[in-house]
Amino acid sequence: MRILRLALRRLAVSLPCMLIILLGLFLLLQLAPGDAIDALMGQMGSSDTALAETLRQQYGLGGGVATRLAVYLFNLLRLDLGFSVAYNQPVLTVILQRLPVTLLLMVSALSFAFAAGMVVGVLAARRVNRWPDTLISMLVLIFYATPSFWIGLMGILIFAVKLNWLPSGGISDLSAGFTGLRLVLDTAVHLILPTMTLALIYFAIYVRITRASMLEVMTLDFIRTARAKGLKEGAVLVRHALRNALLPMVTILGLQAGAMLGGAVVVESVFTLPGLGRLAHEAVIQRDLNMLLGIVFMSSLLVIAINFIVDLVYARIDPRIEANG
Amino acid sequence: MTLLKSLARSPSAIIGAVLLLIVLVMAASAGWLFPNDPLSLAGRPLQAPFANPRFPLGTDSVGRNVAAQLFYGARTSLLIGLISTVVAIVIGIVVGALAGFYGRWIDTALMRVTEAFQTVPSFILLLLLVVIFGSHIETLALTIGIVSWTAPARLTRAEFLTLRNREFVQACRGLGMPNWRIIFLEILPNALPPVIVYASVVMAFSILLESALAFLGLSDPNVASWGNLIADGRRVLRTAAYVATLPGLVILITVLSISLIGQGLNDAMNPRLRRKG
Repeated sequence: MRILRLALRRLAVSLPCMLIILLGLFLLLQLAPGDAIDALMGQMGSSDTALAETLRQQYGLGGGVATRLAVYLFNLLRLDLGFSVAYNQPVLTVILQRLPVTLLLMVSALSFAFAAGMVVGVLAARRVNRWPDTLISMLVLIFYATPSFWIGLMGILIFAVKLNWLPSGGISDLSAGFTGLRLVLDTAVHLILPTMTLALIYFAIYVRITRASMLEVMTLDFIRTARAKGLKEGAVLVRHALRNALLPMVTILGLQAGAMLGGAVVVESVFTLPGLGRLAHEAVIQRDLNMLLGIVFMSSLLVIAINFIVDLVYARIDPRIEANG
Repeated sequence: MTLLKSLARSPSAIIGAVLLLIVLVMAASAGWLFPNDPLSLAGRPLQAPFANPRFPLGTDSVGRNVAAQLFYGARTSLLIGLISTVVAIVIGIVVGALAGFYGRWIDTALMRVTEAFQTVPSFILLLLLVVIFGSHIETLALTIGIVSWTAPARLTRAEFLTLRNREFVQACRGLGMPNWRIIFLEILPNALPPVIVYASVVMAFSILLESALAFLGLSDPNVASWGNLIADGRRVLRTAAYVATLPGLVILITVLSISLIGQGLNDAMNPRLRRKG
């Protein structure tokens, strides 16, 4: 019941946010030179203004700003994102085809960053201000400053070109025609380098957060109590300290969802993965505004969905959170 | 003065300042060391570093001087970093100050807009803005600023919320001071320190954003940019890895130097937190 109320409240908050995004996108669309019909006419190689006007009426692109906005919002409400001239398919179809790869990449990168960041962060907090801590802090700063596309290229250079251990791009080996378990294994091998590339900066963030919140939690009274009870150091660390230090990490997870989608654009382009990010890059090169607007819309929905899930997880970890809190 | 003194004691600030100085010298000396256009064809393509004294760091896949592009690229990156940071901080301060000072419906409305901006992935929004407004270098600096103002706005708002009911503000109100003077001349100077520390994060991030755009071939093609050079190096990664490696290292050093200075500033302004790390 508590979780359900929390979920409903969260949804109510994200609705106005989505509406503002849609208004903003509509405004940007008005600023863009030419409209979908101009693009279509260009594709057909025609310059018949009468035909263009008829098409505009047909697609609801004629009339005043208010009518156009109404048509735009109504279409998006039905998840009708329009038609992509470049792909000759509805925008939504293309986006849904590309989404799984991006989700797979994001989930694997986040899991790796979260798990590894937690372990290394706890390690740094245990040895605070001694050489392992200093070394970890320095590495974290360097990871933070490294452009992800460059680290991806360096990964290709070392592990694909020089050592020949890993494939340099693609989601799976198409020519081999694997099926079943072999396909899963092959895809996993192909995802190692992209995952590491995307995860690096988040790994750095998680190390920082875990270290800081562990240091904070370890000074609190309940840790002293746990030690006084005679609990082993490992149990104090995992069962008492880490559980509380987890809260800020989960918060960051939701905040970083959008940034991670942006990172996927670059990483997918480096490793030629057929995901949403690469689609965004292709849409920019082809000036496919319809497609790009659709991607912005869908990725915002995705960010809202991720934040929604994060909130529910948060409520499970911390029972103090109430629907009205 | 005390701030400068404590900055000088912070090792990270010193290392950062030295590294940034190197990049600044690169930017300043570019025109003097390499009087020719860095994007002009200078010689035979793919000459390795140190092989030809005319091209100390070699040439890229079409025969442009790598060293010249690195030096001129420093100008581009610093310019983008500086302008977009100023844009982001100014928008952020205005939005955050108005929201925090007036509260009520103004606060609600502005914070909803901020949330909307935070929901859209900033890099994807940046791509959309590039398609609509083009990728001329000045436009680019502006658009990068437009996608990164939300965090400064939230910071400023939080500071204003704690400051707006202090005695000195009530005294100003009692004196009949107009609101804009209270906001910008009385409260803002007190709210500024954390925002300035955060400016280093914005600047580091804008430089990374521009290099990523350039890598994707979406930055201004008419100026030398480190990201452009990496994109060129990607095509010859197997045979001439130095073309992609060198500019990446320079980006790393630049962003690192700014982060280090930011960390030093943070330590100097919050001496209490220094020991805790």
